[in-house]
Amino acid sequence: MLLGRTANGLYWMSRYIERADNMARLIDAGLRMALTRTQNASEEWNSVLLSAGADVAFSQKYTEYTASEVSDFLLRDTSNPSSVISSIETARGNARMVRTALTRETWESINEAWMSLKRLLASPIDERELPKVLDAIKRETALIRGSFFGTMLRNEIFDFYQIGTYIERADNTARILDVKYYVLLPSISWVGSTLDNYQWESILRSVSAHRSYRWVYDADYKPSNIADYLILNSRMPRSLTFSYRFITEHLRALAQDYGELHSSHTMSERIYSKLKNGSIKEIFDTGLHEFLNDFICDNQVLGDQVALDYSFH
Amino acid sequence: MTAFDEMFPGASGPRRPYASYDQWLKDQDPGRLTEKMRDAESVFRKTGITFAVYGEEEAAERLIPFDIVPRIISGNEWRRLTLGIEQRVQALNAFLDDIYHRQEILRSGRLPRELIANNVAFLPEMIGLRPPAGVYTHIIGVDIVRISEDEFYVLEDNARTPSGVSYMLENRETMMQLFPELFKRVKVRPVENYPQLLRQSLAAVKPNNVAGAPTIAVLTPGSFNSAYFEHAFLADQMGVQLVEGQDLRVVDGHVAMRTTEGYKQIDVLYRRVDDDYLDPLTFRADSALGVPGIMDVYRAGNITIANAPGTGIADDKAIYSYMPEIIEFYTGRKPILGNIPTWRCSDPSSLSYVQEHLHELVVKEVHGSGGYGMLVGPAASKKEREAFAKKLAARPSNYIAQPTLSLSTCPILTEKGLAPRHVDLRPFVLVSDRIQIVPGGLTRVALKEGSLVVNSSQGGGTKDTWVLDD
Repeated sequence: MLLGRTANGLYWMSRYIERADNMARLIDAGLRMALTRTQNASEEWNSVLLSAGADVAFSQKYTEYTASEVSDFLLRDTSNPSSVISSIETARGNARMVRTALTRETWESINEAWMSLKRLLASPIDERELPKVLDAIKRETALIRGSFFGTMLRNEIFDFYQIGTYIERADNTARILDVKYYVLLPSISWVGSTLDNYQWESILRSVSAHRSYRWVYDADYKPSNIADYLILNSRMPRSLTFSYRFITEHLRALAQDYGELHSSHTMSERIYSKLKNGSIKEIFDTGLHEFLNDFICDNQVLGDQVALDYSFH
Repeated sequence: MTAFDEMFPGASGPRRPYASYDQWLKDQDPGRLTEKMRDAESVFRKTGITFAVYGEEEAAERLIPFDIVPRIISGNEWRRLTLGIEQRVQALNAFLDDIYHRQEILRSGRLPRELIANNVAFLPEMIGLRPPAGVYTHIIGVDIVRISEDEFYVLEDNARTPSGVSYMLENRETMMQLFPELFKRVKVRPVENYPQLLRQSLAAVKPNNVAGAPTIAVLTPGSFNSAYFEHAFLADQMGVQLVEGQDLRVVDGHVAMRTTEGYKQIDVLYRRVDDDYLDPLTFRADSALGVPGIMDVYRAGNITIANAPGTGIADDKAIYSYMPEIIEFYTGRKPILGNIPTWRCSDPSSLSYVQEHLHELVVKEVHGSGGYGMLVGPAASKKEREAFAKKLAARPSNYIAQPTLSLSTCPILTEKGLAPRHVDLRPFVLVSDRIQIVPGGLTRVALKEGSLVVNSSQGGGTKDTWVLDD
């Protein structure tokens, strides 16, 4: 038996842990781009902000798009609810609320991540120190994931945590693609300039897939392959299909546990089968931007439906 | 005024219960002990054993300082304490039953009527209501102080929602982690089965109409409450749900919690929410921490609330001064554990005595707790005493006064080695069809030299409390 409020806490705890992790990857990619393309760095930082969904809030506070301003806003700013510091605070607040549902190791890993990141992000970060800080964020979230996977019972608690993780991850990957969808369109891509190459690498980098891409596809970046990789590849752990495989699996487990099917089951099965049976050509034909837009919207509606079906509130 | 030190009462070496520990301590490298002290702190911080101090924004979560020198009580001392506590707890429950039914104690004239009639802790809603199994106060923390080798006094009965038991358990856990070899050398009676006992005890007082195993839950005001850690800890250790008011509603005459599969009935609620907030339909209408209608369910006998509403009348500080009479009235015997002489400021002659002797008395609010709003006369400045005297004159019936007792001391480890500090003791008592007391309790220690205020909200710390198996 699980309280609806606890399910809600688990769901958001995992979303915010995932968000902190994604934010670090996003900044990492931005940093790399800014290093390689000095003239247009501000444009690159702008797309990082867009991907993070933080562009409007940022522009209310700053006028210049530089590494130190953007990374400060995305890492340390407590007025930005999706900054790493806010995310880890929210994740830990939720963990504290659902503490009885967590193993001691999981709770401690979250509490320790909170303590160490708070200390790390307490004062402005020198640009030279940024890579170290980003690594630390990724390491802390990996430790949480590790203790969670290593110690938690595979029951409803695990299911709600996983559903949260993958809804957040799918949203993140889709946003990254949507911000840069135009550089993946065939009309531009077939030229294949160096500039495009950077853009493509940046997309892969922001989901930490620039190396694994080469294991799966050719060494050359091809826009359709990149899109295929991040949307449809079922083995790529940050792709939409991969995310939906797990969302669907864990929703099925809940249905079996509770002996009851809800609207969220129909919705996730529908989204999953669309991804599983889709081809990248089809997606490009109907429009990549439209596809991603629909996906982001569906993904959010599914999250709301899960909350409704399982009495989160 | 020299205090009785429980480890080294004189120059002649340690008292018997401490002998074995003292021997071990002599063999320890001081540097290693300091290191262990730091280890303990990081364990507490890592596990999140924190508490909130109201009104201190910066320190939203603070650690209660933990001292690694145990407070040791011999088996014999403990047996005597146990008898006294049992007697007291029996009397408290009998008093509550009486005060909400026939009020024999008032009829007999042993207790003045106005003490009940004008008391906010007395809940008229409880009149004529007999809780399941007839138990009113299920979980009690009795604060005990020691003055000398043989003198123990009860300082306070906490019959509403006593806290601190999680520290008793975590302190032991930490000590066993830090000094496993010590527990091989000294035979200490275990405390770790407390959560099991609590669960059994709560199950034993389930409503009469519940056939099988009852569903138990712990009700917390939420994660911002100062004792939230303890609420979560106990729910976790008992293997029951930790619920908030927002999870609960009355469904078909029962209290039910919102789960991922719909509403599920609760039979026994261990609530850590004050009476005032329990039911917005009956008590404070603005409360979001309670359950609208729970008092109706309670009256219908469909839920056990532990502790029962209205138990505050038994641990009220004005009632406290009558405890010797109360114990004698219900048990027919003299109290085994004494009370501290208490002046009730509502009484004009007592008031004038208190006003004249403010510099040597401890004055407390009748309904206060946590060390807030009290005056320790000898430690207070002239200005503080004058300010307090004004408050006292304005509302005398709001205060009681007691002599400043020389609480016993127990050494703590400081940077300069062992140093004596004043301590008290809160053993935890469970009441169902029987009375159970876990051998141990929470020892609170005033970390400031000479200070008599042990409350954690006022800079007190804690120690592991050992009851010897001798």
